[in-house]
Amino acid sequence: MAAIEAVTIDEAALSVRGLTVDLPKGMERTHAVENISFDLKRGQILCIIGESGSGKSVTANTIMGLLPKLIPVSSGAIHLDGRTIVGASPKELRGLRGRIVSMIFQDPLSALNPLMTVGEQITEVLMAHGVGTKASRRNRAIELLTEVGLPDPELMYYQYPFRLSGGQRQRVMIAMALALEPTVLIADEPTTALDVTTQAQILKLIRDIQRRKGMSVMFITHDFGVVAEIADSVVVMEKGRIVEQGSAEQVLKSPTHPYTQRLIAAVPHLTGKDRVPQEKVGDGTILKVEGLSKTYRSGSALFGSQRIVPAVKEVSFELAAGRTLGVVGESGSGKSSLGRLLIKLQDSDGGRILFEGRDIAKLSETEFRPLRPKIQMIFQDPFASLNPRSTIGQILTVGPVAHGMPYAQAREEARALLSHVGLDAGAFGRYPHEFSGGQRQRIGIARALMFKPKLLIADEAVSALDVSIQAQILKLLDQIQRETGVSMIFITHDLRVASQICDEIAVMQKGRIVEHGPPSQIFLDPQSAYTRELVAAIPGERPRSTRPAAVNI
Amino acid sequence: MRGFLLNRLSQSLVLLLIVSVIGFVVLNLIPGGPLAQFGLDPSMTQDDLNRLKEQLGLNRPLWMQYLDWAWRLVQGDWGHSFRDGAPVLDVIGRHLVATLLLMGSSTVIAIAIGTWIGIRGATHRYSVFDYLATVGAMVALSIPTFWFGLLGIYVFSLRLGWLPAGNMYTIGDGSALNYLHHLIMPSIVLALVHVAIWSRYMRTATLDVISQEFVKTARAKGLSERRILMKHVVGNALLPMITLAGMQLPSVLTGALVTETVFTWPGMGRLFLDSLGYSDYPVVMGLLMFSAILVVLCNLIADIVVAIIDPRIRLS
Repeated sequence: MAAIEAVTIDEAALSVRGLTVDLPKGMERTHAVENISFDLKRGQILCIIGESGSGKSVTANTIMGLLPKLIPVSSGAIHLDGRTIVGASPKELRGLRGRIVSMIFQDPLSALNPLMTVGEQITEVLMAHGVGTKASRRNRAIELLTEVGLPDPELMYYQYPFRLSGGQRQRVMIAMALALEPTVLIADEPTTALDVTTQAQILKLIRDIQRRKGMSVMFITHDFGVVAEIADSVVVMEKGRIVEQGSAEQVLKSPTHPYTQRLIAAVPHLTGKDRVPQEKVGDGTILKVEGLSKTYRSGSALFGSQRIVPAVKEVSFELAAGRTLGVVGESGSGKSSLGRLLIKLQDSDGGRILFEGRDIAKLSETEFRPLRPKIQMIFQDPFASLNPRSTIGQILTVGPVAHGMPYAQAREEARALLSHVGLDAGAFGRYPHEFSGGQRQRIGIARALMFKPKLLIADEAVSALDVSIQAQILKLLDQIQRETGVSMIFITHDLRVASQICDEIAVMQKGRIVEHGPPSQIFLDPQSAYTRELVAAIPGERPRSTRPAAVNI
Repeated sequence: MRGFLLNRLSQSLVLLLIVSVIGFVVLNLIPGGPLAQFGLDPSMTQDDLNRLKEQLGLNRPLWMQYLDWAWRLVQGDWGHSFRDGAPVLDVIGRHLVATLLLMGSSTVIAIAIGTWIGIRGATHRYSVFDYLATVGAMVALSIPTFWFGLLGIYVFSLRLGWLPAGNMYTIGDGSALNYLHHLIMPSIVLALVHVAIWSRYMRTATLDVISQEFVKTARAKGLSERRILMKHVVGNALLPMITLAGMQLPSVLTGALVTETVFTWPGMGRLFLDSLGYSDYPVVMGLLMFSAILVVLCNLIADIVVAIIDPRIRLS
């Protein structure tokens, strides 16, 4: 562990010394965090980075005094603005929360009470700490809503959270956290659940407010791009320990610990280079989509309460055999709907889907069934997409057997595939919960490959995974494509990931493809304004000159 | 919101239609038919019976009887009791207040106590209280209501003499206090099983809300645990419970039927049993339709209340 510079209490808004938090018995580790020490200097942004299970959120909750009773602090000290946190009474801690230290959370959709107006939720902070009168609290709330850049603050005050977009809700969370001008702001993955353009706005907002108020920010993230964007200093955590810490420049540019080096190497970058096309497999075009459309209707047409949402509008593209097309877009762009239409989990309203020259769009379920093995899907959530009550063997063999493969053969192929995707053949008899997220995604890939498909549709297949695992799965998909010549449609919100694996990329916005081309065009010479906006918003990828305080990685 | 209401109303009408058809058919499938009791009366000749049938229109085909009955029902004429010739609505009206009093008071008890037990069970999960509440709910759910009624009468009326064993008031004493005294035992007995159900659902709903992110946000704001519970947890937890309250009404109604019999409570439950005994078809059908309308209405009200409380439904 790198040595910590000695800082006086006055220089550090927050200092953590030798903190150890126990985990209950029977967990995979004995400690959630073990003997960690770091300082958050006044007026700086400290990023704590680590993969899932590294203990970064536990650290934040300990500082907030929000640890569940099950996991106690066993040793160490935390000083917050000169006060001791560890050992303080619940009442003292409550007095600090929201006043001296505030926190914003990852998911702005669930972090606000759906039954209270935005205004009520902000004034509540002031009320809890006995600040101001009813009128002055209201004024302060409107002032805060203005400060975080929400439109029409007077009106916003009376809005319920469900009316707001994800980015707007996160702004409300920030307004709430800033209400009493705390010394320290803890942000726990505040942009992870947001679209890339919204993420860029929120990061800028946090940075601006931090500078304006000279606040100290502890920013938890798993994304080195975000670190490069806003960090002054960085703490890298692995399995509850700090493996490296230092200035952002130092950690990002010359990481000393192998874990940090591996993490940074695993971060997908915009390559700007096109993928080396493999030798032609098969013949020409495998999939041709013409004018595909889908409109969702909900409610009742009879009583005039119908809602019509056009999800996919006149989408056309071609996919050559053995190639990968990336479909990129923000939430609500229609990219997932497109995936579901292609695999006929949903029927389209118009247009043609020519798979190997045959229009499958109009086929009924029974007519399409023999073709189903040829088009397979890999799902986003490796936890929800495998039946927890089936063994891996059952999950892998049930499909092919239903399509007429003898069980003995299916079993042999399943075992072979498991080792092919990098799992032990012994996985055959085990259950999904025994595997990690990355391993489950390998199982999901093996399941799809059991059918020897011609076309794989991967819907956000790596989005739920840590970067290092993400890199492994991308490599596996690439390897499989080169070996089997399968064509792929890779749906993702992450341009960096798309640039790693796709031969061509289609950018979707509001149900339409707004730009289509090789990665080099999309990233280096984007033709549409929307693509330019998307590329510019990617954290950690902007030219250095536009970000004086942060460093490029 | 208007579309939603129209939608729900039209669904309700279809439901009532189905209930009325099934009720009417099943009732007329019972061996003996509406005039069975007169068959036992030696003073009635077959001619008398035939004349009665003619008079009451019972010799027509069933579908015609149904249409005639349904058409009158829609117009507000629910028919006349076979027993005393009084209009069905009047007969129901005479018993309605007693039943509503019993159902209302036991519902209030069930919701108040059930909510409290549920919330406390959730905030003190795995405590002695939670454990006892769980066991208590199991006991209340697995023992039939009439048995609790009998036990209550034995202990509180026979042994201790604290509470009256039945009836709604002492003849000659019509004071509110006297009514209340008579109401205590039947309403608690009827409430028992609903306290159990309500507390279990409330516990689950509260646990659900407690694990939500916005509760963590509330803690991070420095709110007191009390305010977090009252302002953030309970409101959100009660939302699904309103729908449950609407859905529980039929079981409160059937429970009232049993309880009224045990405590000789002069309500609709007693009326229903008596009318069945007398083959008083118009009153039985009337009660069936009345309770169906009551249930449909209460569910509708529950949906509207949810829509009013939940801004996500109210404003969209």
